[in-house]
Amino acid sequence: MTDFFNKTDLSRNDAEKIISETLNNCDDGELYLENSKSESIVLDDDKIKSSNYSSDLGYGLRAVTGEVVAYSHSNEISKNSLKQSADNLSSTLKSKKGVYNHEISKTNEKFYKDINPIEEKSLQSKLELLKEVNNYTRAKGGIVQQVTASFSGEHKSIEIIRSGGEVLTDIRPLIRFNVSVMLEKNGKKETGVYGIGGRQSYDEYLKEGNWKKVCDEAFRIASVNLESKPAPAGEMKVVLGPGWPAILIHEAIGHGLEGDFNRKKTSAFHNLMGQRVASEGVTIVDDGTLHNRRGSLTIDDEGTPSEKTILIENGILKNFMQDRLNARLMNTRSTGSGRRESYKHVVLPRMRNTMMLNGKYSQEEMIKSVDKGIFAVSFGGGQVDITSGKFVFNCTEAYEIINGKIGAPIKGATLIGDGPSILKEVSLVGNNMMLDPGIGTCGKAGQGVPVGVAQPSILIDKMTVGGTQL
Amino acid sequence: MVKDQDYLKKTAFFCVDLAKKLGATDATAVVGHSISETVNFRNRKLDESDRSDSLGVGLETYIGKKKSSITSSNLNEDNIKTLIERCIETTKITPEDEFNSLPDKDLLATKINDLNLYDDDHIENNEKIEYLKEAEEAALEKKEIINTETSFTESKSNFILASSDGFLNGYKSSTFSASCVAIAKKFDDKMERDYEFTSTCHLHDMLRPNQIGSLAAKRTTQKLNPQKIESEKISIIFDRRISKGMLSILASAISASSIARGTSFLKDKINEKVFSSSINIYDKPNIVKGLGSRYFDSEGVKMEELKLVDQGVLKHYLIDTYYGKKLNLKSNGRSGGTSNLYFEKGSISYKNLLKLNQRTLYITETIGHGSNLVTGDYSVGATGFMVENGVFKYPVSEITIAGNFNDMFKNITLADDLEFKYSTNAPTMLIEGMVVAGK
Repeated sequence: MTDFFNKTDLSRNDAEKIISETLNNCDDGELYLENSKSESIVLDDDKIKSSNYSSDLGYGLRAVTGEVVAYSHSNEISKNSLKQSADNLSSTLKSKKGVYNHEISKTNEKFYKDINPIEEKSLQSKLELLKEVNNYTRAKGGIVQQVTASFSGEHKSIEIIRSGGEVLTDIRPLIRFNVSVMLEKNGKKETGVYGIGGRQSYDEYLKEGNWKKVCDEAFRIASVNLESKPAPAGEMKVVLGPGWPAILIHEAIGHGLEGDFNRKKTSAFHNLMGQRVASEGVTIVDDGTLHNRRGSLTIDDEGTPSEKTILIENGILKNFMQDRLNARLMNTRSTGSGRRESYKHVVLPRMRNTMMLNGKYSQEEMIKSVDKGIFAVSFGGGQVDITSGKFVFNCTEAYEIINGKIGAPIKGATLIGDGPSILKEVSLVGNNMMLDPGIGTCGKAGQGVPVGVAQPSILIDKMTVGGTQL
Repeated sequence: MVKDQDYLKKTAFFCVDLAKKLGATDATAVVGHSISETVNFRNRKLDESDRSDSLGVGLETYIGKKKSSITSSNLNEDNIKTLIERCIETTKITPEDEFNSLPDKDLLATKINDLNLYDDDHIENNEKIEYLKEAEEAALEKKEIINTETSFTESKSNFILASSDGFLNGYKSSTFSASCVAIAKKFDDKMERDYEFTSTCHLHDMLRPNQIGSLAAKRTTQKLNPQKIESEKISIIFDRRISKGMLSILASAISASSIARGTSFLKDKINEKVFSSSINIYDKPNIVKGLGSRYFDSEGVKMEELKLVDQGVLKHYLIDTYYGKKLNLKSNGRSGGTSNLYFEKGSISYKNLLKLNQRTLYITETIGHGSNLVTGDYSVGATGFMVENGVFKYPVSEITIAGNFNDMFKNITLADDLEFKYSTNAPTMLIEGMVVAGK
């Protein structure tokens, strides 16, 4: 645990006093302290291209009254700096009065261990493993033109001090291992990318030659794409594979169910609570309590314990994801979804691990039922316009389906749909739910946070595929 | 107040000296400080104030051809010492790379002409609020607007780059920016959202609040009641918001790293025709008050104006020291990317560009990350308008547009309406022969 008041003229007592004075007439707020260490080691082009280590320390002081948030952050933890922040907050909120809500629930359950993954594996062994990864992948043949492999690790220690001196802490490890391969055959080039990770030590993910599977998968995706033909253009049936393609749910539904957009009535979902937004059989949850998963949190960045929140139950909209501010203004409770990228950022309601639960159909049944369509196995990334509800995601591995059979691979195409209506087009939900491999980062208002997704295979009756073949 | 050069120099020298003392043969330090203050306003009410004070240091250490780096925002002296020790230990065990080196001395920036990139003016939060109120009032004049969100940010920064070979320079810069997002709804239709913004180095160069408010409202209401169109091959016009994206693609594809690694669709295309003959592209670092203007690149190398594309022919890559050495080329001061990158304006007016084809799809927004720099394939979600005989007919949404940059670049026609609103700028652009996927 970091002692944030070591090596500074600011004592814990001073800090508590400033916090209480500043937040006395506010509805909510806290001092958030963060100490994070991170590393990134990249092998590229047969060489260790970079090895970087980063050490960051800072605080964010927040005061909330009514709908107004005042925030001030600095990397200088000192009496002067905190006082300046407090003055800044008070001047913003000077004409407003609130009643501080001291209530915060507590938990003893931790969803990951207090480890520092960076120190648990020596730099030497990481460098050697990257070399091995490079040699193993390049040995797959002369068509391998480029291999990039990277380790990134993080150890983040946070402390939340609320008015009245209540303290909440968390230590969050996070690692990721990534391999990207570029192949060239007959003048055609294609890349394949694969990665794994989560909130455990490197060796938990890399043991028993697991890293080889990551290399194999990146190579396989690139090989498939070498044989790909132009994608079709227009509306058709789409079968999504299990696991990572659940970023469709993240983009199409997830963002639209975040509390802030609904309180502000800028989400296409804001007036749909209790209504049917998906076909029967579709249940979607946002779960921060899965052990060691990338999107999991013991407590959120306001100190609220994480939970499993039911968003859509059997097609009916049940809950939004809430932080304390939006929960208070919408007369509900925080779902433990208040997150921030770092002390430099304000809290927003965000997703954790967003999952569609199992139905009863097999993937074979789905594919068999399609005369003309596509089977999308993996995606690069997605984006949504919250207000209009339109969302996209980009295929990195997809195949055509003709007369109930999987056909040739098709080139990366963008799929586009309408969030509030897409889940009504889901006609079959599979029985093969899978978690993603632990690689997702979600962006919102310029803040990136680690997230997870999961789903079984699903059949969507109508979606627009953005290929070039008319 | 943003910290002065003397403070930043002291910290940078401390890092470089200590690194050398601990065994580095070379070292480069960057120390930067920035303060920014933002006010957000929503539906005529204060929503958020945010003050950000960030001091950070980055250090690269070399031992011969071995290299590694650290960054930190924890400037406690003990912490910095520990970090530098760690950096040196890491450098020792990192394998050699023959291309690792500081920039060639004769390429370093020496004389600096003032480009007026810093404005000492300060605007208090209550003045920001006045500006935002006025912007929202202007937006709300349109009765279909049901929601407005506005934001004003003032940001000041200062940095110093110090290197063991004697380079020592840095400068202050400032940005003032404001934006207005409007949401419109008519009867029971779905909502639409659009925006307008202004961003400048100097406070008094900003657009007036009523200008951004009215434009945001106008753009948003025009989008109401969109239609989905049939899939077809059609000529597409990219609004200036989107057309500049073609330059960002070009910049990534001709960066020395993409070329050296062989991961660019423009590899080996130097001195070849990649655009139609009418196209000229410049990267000009020394525009007074330019949003992309820089005195030197992130390694301290001098930056000169480059005509990247001359009558359609690719003339330069964007070269830094490392990949320059790898490609056996000299750095042209583009470590950290381009500066003010722009297409020379075309010869046809905006109005006439709209009339060039009987039917044209006019794109105002794209979503998704559908650009593949290895293959040149492009496929993104899009929103816009159907234009018939030069007249905007109806809004279009939930479609995708797709093509390949190799073909798209050769089929560009530019209007004569270039303006310098971003650091990368392009006139309105027509591209023939792309495919729209819709119904």
